[in-house]
Amino acid sequence: MGFFRDLKPSEQLLTEPLLHYSIRFYAFVALLGSIVALGAYAYFVQLQQGLAVTAMRDNVLWGLYITNFVFFIGISHVGALMSAILRLSGAEWRHPITRMAEAITFCSLVFGALMPIVDLGRPDRILNLLLYGRIQSPILWDMISITTYLIGSSIFLLLPLIPDIAMLRDRLRGISRVRMWLYRKLSLGWKGSPDQRARLDKAINTMTILILPIAISVHTVVSWIFGMTLRTGWNSTIFGPYFVAGALFSGVASVMVAMALFRHFYHLESFITLQHFKNMAKILLVLDLGYVYFTISEYLTVAYKWETSEGQLLESLFTGTYAIPFLFVQLGGLITPALLLAYGLRKGRHPVLAYAVAGTLVTVTMWVKRFVIVVPSLAVPQMGASWGSYSPTWVEWSITAAAFATFILLYTLFAKFFPLISLWEVRESPMPAPAAAHAEEVAA
Amino acid sequence: MVVDTDRCDGCQKCTEACILEHRVPSAGGEPSYNGSQEWIKVYKHEGNGTSWFQPTPCMNCLNAPCVKVCPVGATYYNEDGLVLIDNTRCIGCRFCMAACPYDRRFFNWGEPAHSPDEVLIDYNPEYPVPHRRGTVEKCVFCAHRVKNGRLPACVEMCHKQGMKALYFGDANEDVVTNGEDVVRLTDLLEEGGYRLKEELGTQPSVYYLPRGR
Repeated sequence: MGFFRDLKPSEQLLTEPLLHYSIRFYAFVALLGSIVALGAYAYFVQLQQGLAVTAMRDNVLWGLYITNFVFFIGISHVGALMSAILRLSGAEWRHPITRMAEAITFCSLVFGALMPIVDLGRPDRILNLLLYGRIQSPILWDMISITTYLIGSSIFLLLPLIPDIAMLRDRLRGISRVRMWLYRKLSLGWKGSPDQRARLDKAINTMTILILPIAISVHTVVSWIFGMTLRTGWNSTIFGPYFVAGALFSGVASVMVAMALFRHFYHLESFITLQHFKNMAKILLVLDLGYVYFTISEYLTVAYKWETSEGQLLESLFTGTYAIPFLFVQLGGLITPALLLAYGLRKGRHPVLAYAVAGTLVTVTMWVKRFVIVVPSLAVPQMGASWGSYSPTWVEWSITAAAFATFILLYTLFAKFFPLISLWEVRESPMPAPAAAHAEEVAA
Repeated sequence: MVVDTDRCDGCQKCTEACILEHRVPSAGGEPSYNGSQEWIKVYKHEGNGTSWFQPTPCMNCLNAPCVKVCPVGATYYNEDGLVLIDNTRCIGCRFCMAACPYDRRFFNWGEPAHSPDEVLIDYNPEYPVPHRRGTVEKCVFCAHRVKNGRLPACVEMCHKQGMKALYFGDANEDVVTNGEDVVRLTDLLEEGGYRLKEELGTQPSVYYLPRGR
């Protein structure tokens, strides 16, 4: 097993997970691995027999895969948007959490990009998008913006990692040669000279500004896959901003969950303090209320007029077939988290558990929300015929579960290879000494 | 195409003729001809104690939402303005189906059934046989028959049944026929001709004549 040379005790806490692999960790990886294997088998079956093995049919022609697509692209926004906004506004408290957010972006974006491919009837013809791509199609807009974003957010994640990777390269000993080779390559010859430092700062600043419009454009064009059609429920001008708001909302919620989990399992109480939870809770509450505002704008303006087919759709959402998921989103994903967050902020004691529950609720219901956006609009009869129905098959559930498992697996492995908290940025930031913050918390 | 809803008795022989003509695959994805896709579907409308029928093929819109959204140009207008699909290029994203306001597009969810003779047919977007898995299908106004001066299979069958409810012709030449009468399109449309969801601006090529004229 490896060891570190010359690290402050507090920093050893952060690098500890890079060296020690518990039985619990292996069991967790094995569990995720078996879900991934199940999903791989399901996809194999789908490749063999075609999309007939899904529950999608000519009316409800998109289902779980497109729901997952919108969801993963959604939470991917947090790394870029939140992290960039905090960097730009010079919020110094951000240091311990920006990397967590940026890693979520990277891991989820990979699955966001994969999901539409899983949904394709002819994945073997994927290259046609390059050979015959038509820029008039919103799918091309998506392809271009998601690719740009994937590259951009990888750079955005990697840049602030460089000094930390160099530190691992220099101080971590007794690890495998492959791993050392990886660190050596990824540290890009970082020596920490003033010249290198100036260049790194410049690069990070440039990326911070570039990533913002890219991130906003990505979720806007994702929404336009729906917004550019004449479908009931999708034919809406608010979809772009509504989706961007939802993306940020679910993304911040997922960072909140990651913060609580890693704080607990990696014993990071001295780095991720109650102050961080307080700030994040404020951000999440504002985004929650913002999303409530968008939801009211979206549904009230349509419900007031109750135009024939829009009325049919709303009836199914409010009291009909889709009422349970729809109301679950409103009550469980918007109102309950808002109350939990407000309660925590008012008490001033910042119950991490309550915040984590709020974050989990939002993350889960935002997936349901995407389902409620995708499916009912396809099920509503366009030609006065009967309603479409859709209950996903084991293939679709398995692939969905595998996507989530792989996402968590990637994130977990990331946290085992790189420090999840930016060591050099924390070292430089004028935060209260970790020990002092921790003492304060214990007292509280 | 013009549909005289006064004459249609809802026998659905047009649908049957279409399925035979194009060896239309099943709708559910199972490899059989059972429960075929209905490229021309006869909708039944009920109200005020009566009922009437609306045969509905692909509208072959002149401003087609499906053509706009296709990412690879697999669905396109041919020189006659018909909307065709190149099933050798289609990637199966189904965006065109989501975009179609008339539910007139169908997907081969599984491997379609292939009759022994069908396999020998040379594929052509005008006559999209053999059918291909994972791609989109629809009515193409029997482009393969029309270019040889024949009427679409549904129109021909409707005439054979004696209903003569379906007219077909070239809008530019202002002439349509139901297999018996040859009439001017503009004259026919003066009898109250309308198009489905006109307000969407898709400019369908299918007109309907109202009942009880």
